Amino acid sequence: MNEITLYSVISLGSIGTLAAVILYFVAQKFKVIEDPRIDLVEEKLPGANCGGCGLAGCRALAEAIVKAESLDGFSCPPGGNAAMQDIAKVLGLVAQESDPMIAVVRCNGSRENSPPKVKYEGAMTCQFAHSLFSGEGGCPFGCLGYGDCVVACAFDAMYMDEKTGLPVILDDKCVACGACVKACPRNIIEMRKKGKKDRRIFVSCINKEKGGPAKKNCAVACIGCGKCVKECKFDAIVLENNLAYIDFNKCTLCRKCVIVCPTNAIHELNFPPRKVKTEEGTPAEA
Amino acid sequence: MSLLTVSGSPHVYSKESVSKIMYGVILSLVPAMLVSFYFFGLSAILLTLTAVVSCMAFEFIIQKYLIKGPMTVFDGSAIITGILLAFNVPSSLPLWMIVIGSAVAIGMGKMTFGGLGKNPFNPALVGRVFLLISFPVDMTTWPKPTEFSTNLVDVVSGPTPLAVIKEGVAAGRPVSELMAEVPEYVQMLFGNMGGSIGEISALALLIGGIYMLIRKIITWHIPVAYLGSVMIFGGILWFVNPEVYIDPVFHLITGGMMLGALYMATDMVTSPMSYKGMIIFGIGCGILTMVIRVFGAYPEGVSFAILIMNAFVPLINTYVKPKRFGEVVKNG
Amino acid sequence: MKTFTIGGVHPPENKLSKDAAIVALEIPKSVSIPISQHLGVPAVPIVEKGAKVKTGQLIAKGEAFISANIHSSVSGTVSKIDEVIDTSGYKRKAVIIDVEGDEWEAEIDRTADLKKECNLTPEEIIKKVNEKGIVGMGGATFPSHVKLIVPKGKKAEVLIINGVECEPYLTSDHRVMLERAEEMLVGISIQMKALGVEKAIIGIENNKPDAIEHVKKIAANYKGITVEALKVKYPQGGEKQLIKALINREVPSGKLPIEVGAVVHNVGTALAVYEAVQKNKPLIERVVTVTGVNVAKPSNFMVRIGTPVSALLEAAGGVPENTGKVVNGGPMMGKALNNLEAPVTKGTSGILLFPQVASSRKPLHNCIRCGKCITVCCMGLEPYFLAVLAEKNKVEDCESNRIMDCIECGSCLYICPSGRPLLDNMRVGKSKVGQLMRSRASN
Repeated sequence: MNEITLYSVISLGSIGTLAAVILYFVAQKFKVIEDPRIDLVEEKLPGANCGGCGLAGCRALAEAIVKAESLDGFSCPPGGNAAMQDIAKVLGLVAQESDPMIAVVRCNGSRENSPPKVKYEGAMTCQFAHSLFSGEGGCPFGCLGYGDCVVACAFDAMYMDEKTGLPVILDDKCVACGACVKACPRNIIEMRKKGKKDRRIFVSCINKEKGGPAKKNCAVACIGCGKCVKECKFDAIVLENNLAYIDFNKCTLCRKCVIVCPTNAIHELNFPPRKVKTEEGTPAEA
Repeated sequence: MSLLTVSGSPHVYSKESVSKIMYGVILSLVPAMLVSFYFFGLSAILLTLTAVVSCMAFEFIIQKYLIKGPMTVFDGSAIITGILLAFNVPSSLPLWMIVIGSAVAIGMGKMTFGGLGKNPFNPALVGRVFLLISFPVDMTTWPKPTEFSTNLVDVVSGPTPLAVIKEGVAAGRPVSELMAEVPEYVQMLFGNMGGSIGEISALALLIGGIYMLIRKIITWHIPVAYLGSVMIFGGILWFVNPEVYIDPVFHLITGGMMLGALYMATDMVTSPMSYKGMIIFGIGCGILTMVIRVFGAYPEGVSFAILIMNAFVPLINTYVKPKRFGEVVKNG
Repeated sequence: MKTFTIGGVHPPENKLSKDAAIVALEIPKSVSIPISQHLGVPAVPIVEKGAKVKTGQLIAKGEAFISANIHSSVSGTVSKIDEVIDTSGYKRKAVIIDVEGDEWEAEIDRTADLKKECNLTPEEIIKKVNEKGIVGMGGATFPSHVKLIVPKGKKAEVLIINGVECEPYLTSDHRVMLERAEEMLVGISIQMKALGVEKAIIGIENNKPDAIEHVKKIAANYKGITVEALKVKYPQGGEKQLIKALINREVPSGKLPIEVGAVVHNVGTALAVYEAVQKNKPLIERVVTVTGVNVAKPSNFMVRIGTPVSALLEAAGGVPENTGKVVNGGPMMGKALNNLEAPVTKGTSGILLFPQVASSRKPLHNCIRCGKCITVCCMGLEPYFLAVLAEKNKVEDCESNRIMDCIECGSCLYICPSGRPLLDNMRVGKSKVGQLMRSRASN
């Protein structure tokens, strides 16, 4: 063994040892003692960091739960009840059942229903278009169709329908994190109860204009006629500012309002096709 | 009347466009191209053509089958990459090598990052350096310039002036003695010396550079900072010992200096955005080039210097900001 | 010749209507007068449906400090107070009046006599400007009386009058300077009195040599008012750019011009101030340029506020067949109309018609990082970078890179060879930073 090798081994070895000793003391000095339960809770969370719980991410939720020593007021939309039950088991707490939710697009102003009146050019974001003008269809409340919600969705649960120019939500992928609700500058998307067998009824319009102007821009706008309010036996529908709104906690999914709406603004989803009624000789629209 | 257009202001637009800029650069390269065709003959034409065609083909293939984005082949940037790559190789290079160089330049240098505008390094230089490292012998065999010939084989080869000096000084010979072995300055200015296809004529490149300046494709900041720092750095060394270090004018007109300072370093995509940043970038390129030329292993350092400085561009852009309105308040 | 130093572009001037004298436009059958035609709090309507109003009568009161009164521009009956679709397609509250004759308020002096003497105190002048609903006529429509009040602890040194009209196409200020220079100069001296300054500079770009010569000649009779010719460069009409060009002072970031002792008013505003103070005439009409390369008769009209845009287009020879875009204001900062029935407001300086071929943006490319947007940015910002930050929702980074300094002049989008929607994205960023700043202030 020649000298150079020997010196190298000795010098590098001693540097390494020195560094290890320093590291040890530094690690001791700056050690952070964390509640080990935070890691356990975090493991049970989906790890999507979607922000649906209202906190910065899964770790933040885990920390908040452990700190609060209670599950009240916390929820994990993507994990759902299962995740909360798991966490409850880990921490020895009780989790409250919450209804699964899903995002719903409350606008049906497709290119056909609300034909373009002007042509838009520029940054293809709803944010900017919203600040610039009322939209190609002319409705100041309706969907602009540039897909800020689709960009915001971290779960690939949305896409823009090329033909209608409206966003479509995929039921099986949506975890109700609420990112699209926040992204939409016009508050068109709403979190609604997923409903039994995924069945939902909602007013697919948020136009607060009077009937005439609303109808002028869009064939399927809610005109605030109030027929559905009269039809509903459960007080689930309220009419405010020329706009009907169905309270999903009161709605019993009876589907009566859908038929009476003169502009087909009330939508039903995932229902079996209707039996053709022969009252007055005209079959009801399905 | 058809539908009115609604868009944010402004509602008038300048006539500038990406392809106008790119074809402007191509036009400015024509004088240097003609000089190279004159001195290196048919082989230069063939190499340039091959490089351009293969660059465009690779961009087309990658764009169509891998990126699946809008077609950008005809915006002119692939043509520039092809020409510049060909300009940076000796005329005796086998054609298949330049095809590989094009593939690397376009594929690795540009499209990997998402196409024009996203690449951190100058694609032509990426291709050139790849070739230089992979095929060092072919890339440093420099055919002597002759008058136009269609002769593709049996060319006489010789070293570049830079290599003459580098090897001579390394062997301990004084510069004054070596000067007899390189062409005269006027000869070199017109391009009558060994070297890569496009780099030989400083004069033709300058004409193109001035054209780009007039068209506002480039600004003066990078070339002036680059050439100026080479001049000053070379001048100091020359002043210290003119027998070991050659004079700065020699550095300016030999090798890829003009091509690099006017075309490679000024590449919009891979140079800083603000004027201050451009000057820092130019000075960095100049010093690195001189360090490599004088103290490094390679006789020529332009491509390495620019590539190294390319890597600093994001840093420069982050820390060097343009002069802002109302920042320095001088009232009076 | 003077100009500002950082950035700027030279869009083709196209001042097609510069030789067309101002013509009074026929009063329409009905006008709709929005209650918010200014920056700040909307005015509150004080007339009821069915009320009879005279021309110049107050119909909506600006109650907040930054607000402006609205007066009826016609005489007739208020048919309703309802929402009308404005230039952007959104609904805005407006007073709709059916025109019957043209009976003016008695106190308004409608003679053409020049009334030079003004014996009012500065406070009285400001009160009158406030009462008559005068706002900045350059397009920003900032209530003028606010600008005439010098904040405590600050001192106004010089009044700068903006006769630059750097926007291509527009000629309304140019015509005012040629035809109403005498009145305008009296207005300027009134403003000087209100501010307590001895010096006023009128900045005019040298593409209007006739206006420079004319105003110079008349200004010789007024003490302290000078005319300065400026090199043509957009956006010289920007407040901060104009101050830099004329008195070589830079307004610090986020501050008002008064910080450097300057107050800037438009030539149109000076004329309106004259009419308000000396003739008791509220701001009920303004000069509007109607122009475009295919317009049959590029013109400058004196238009009553509330007149639908379509009436102006009619008078200028109708809308050409191939029109693809109609812009309210100048081509660099104006808003594209999506509705030709929208009313003319206090800030409408021009109506531009672009043929179809000229109404599209450049095809979109990747950013090639050419840095031209930085070169032309008159505030020394980095539009390419700010646009990306805004797109990626990096609100705090936008703020630290001084996105709020942007004056939205549009030079970056004008020059960009890749057709990037730079200004569009920056506007989104600005509004987000604004929200952030407000939420911070309220906490």
